[in-house]
Amino acid sequence: MNKRSWPAALWLLLIPYIGLLWVPFYNFREPALFGFPFFYWYQLAWVPLTSFIIWIAYRSLRNDD
Amino acid sequence: MTTNLDPVALAVFTFFFALVTVMGFIASRWRAPKTMGHLDEWGLGGRSFGAWITWFLVGGDFYTAYTVIAVPALVYAVGAYGFFALPYTIIVYPFVFMVMPLLWKRAKANGYVTAGDVVYGQYSSRALELAVAITGVIATMPYIALQLVGMAAVLKALGLTGELPLAVAFIILALYTYSAGLRAPALIAFVKDIMIYIAVFAAIAIIPSKLGGYGNVFAAADAAFQAKGTGSLLLGGNQYVAYASLALGSALAAFMYPHTLTGIFASNSANTIRKNAVFLPAYTLLLGLLALLGYMGHAANLNISSPNQVVPALFQTLFPSWFTGFAFAAIAIGALVPAAVMSIGASNLFTRNFWKAYINPNVTHEGEAKVAKITSLIVKIGALMVIAFLPTQFALDLQLLGGIWILQTLPALVFSLYCNWFRAEGLLAGWLVGFLSGTYLVWINGLKPLQPISLGGAPFTVYIGLLVLLANIAVAVLITAVMPRRNALAT
Repeated sequence: MNKRSWPAALWLLLIPYIGLLWVPFYNFREPALFGFPFFYWYQLAWVPLTSFIIWIAYRSLRNDD
Repeated sequence: MTTNLDPVALAVFTFFFALVTVMGFIASRWRAPKTMGHLDEWGLGGRSFGAWITWFLVGGDFYTAYTVIAVPALVYAVGAYGFFALPYTIIVYPFVFMVMPLLWKRAKANGYVTAGDVVYGQYSSRALELAVAITGVIATMPYIALQLVGMAAVLKALGLTGELPLAVAFIILALYTYSAGLRAPALIAFVKDIMIYIAVFAAIAIIPSKLGGYGNVFAAADAAFQAKGTGSLLLGGNQYVAYASLALGSALAAFMYPHTLTGIFASNSANTIRKNAVFLPAYTLLLGLLALLGYMGHAANLNISSPNQVVPALFQTLFPSWFTGFAFAAIAIGALVPAAVMSIGASNLFTRNFWKAYINPNVTHEGEAKVAKITSLIVKIGALMVIAFLPTQFALDLQLLGGIWILQTLPALVFSLYCNWFRAEGLLAGWLVGFLSGTYLVWINGLKPLQPISLGGAPFTVYIGLLVLLANIAVAVLITAVMPRRNALAT
């Protein structure tokens, strides 16, 4: 457990928490996209974005199995 | 909403249900081990599931049938606030990525099957082990019962009323889970998840075009909320903290449950879990789009007596019967996968942290598997009885409390992965404080998960689970700090 040195990419994993837990960032109607108010498409957009961020973190880790 | 028997829908439904029943029984021969007489085999599928199987299993197990019914229902009833399930099921994955591979490694290295095993192995405290195990079991039982509620919603829409169809479905499930263990839900999850994806993507592609596009769907929901005076397309100013704290608290609790942990422990490597943290959010996209069915319910002017009927009624109103039957089968099968994994997780806890710990410490591997199999039958019958004889609200209230309770096991389960500082006494006291104060706060707030707080400024509400987790951690830190340091030999 001691020999762990965390790559900097793991800090990226905090970004979704900031983007989604600070509600004042996105509690609006405009700009709408394809009829979706901002509140909805913003949060939906975080799904692929978070996947991508985790993928970057995944790439930064050595396969340790 | 019609509740007449629709022969086409019923035939399609029956076909798919029969299909997974056959699969469930075949599952005991799928990836068959040398012996099923071992809890690692029955309860964890031999810890052999690779990235694909884990993706289907955890996806099928975490995004339950109840979710499919209840999230759109909540969005239908209250609007934006019901969407907290979306940020919740996004931010859960960075947490899974960081924590679960470490937990898997520890479980694999020591042969742990349950959260209770992990805690006992780390702290050698039977009391803390028991606290974690009991919390797991009582948090899971109402969750299983709610899967029955999800299944009942579609059975009722098909015209199959009464308890009998539900009981038949559940007894079939109990039988093949008994024989095949975790392999049964793992195999069925493939069918279930693909069906759910088809049903939801058809719904979100076709329904809006019948209702005049997404712009119109949102406008109709907005008008409906304004007409009835409650609910809104955006969060109210006093809902921000509630929304964010529910999302965070639920995300931290999600993988403390026995059924999700079982899915994690059953995977074949830490890397499998990391890969899944990347790809499981696909289900979250599905959930977010599914939630919009709640608004489509307003646009379609559904006439329903309970929000739980939004999803069944939408399919019945807007799709041909054969597709309705298909979608309902997807939801009903969607109840079977989590119900099976939950009962297996609860049985593993009972076997390892109660039977082995107190009744028969010398139990063989084969004996463990046998105890777990029988327990899984009892657990399912118990859930069936709860739904048959107690008001549904009872299961709902208990499930709500269960989420708060299970969150209180996080410090005991997770902290030791990162540091060796905490003491069992501190963690146990913290758990007790979190458990009792959480229950009390939910009780005095009329069985609602939110506690009003006003810190001088405008009052707001916060998720009780997260609030009492802070108290839990504070107590654990305080007691560990004042206790004399254990000597190095004791570790």
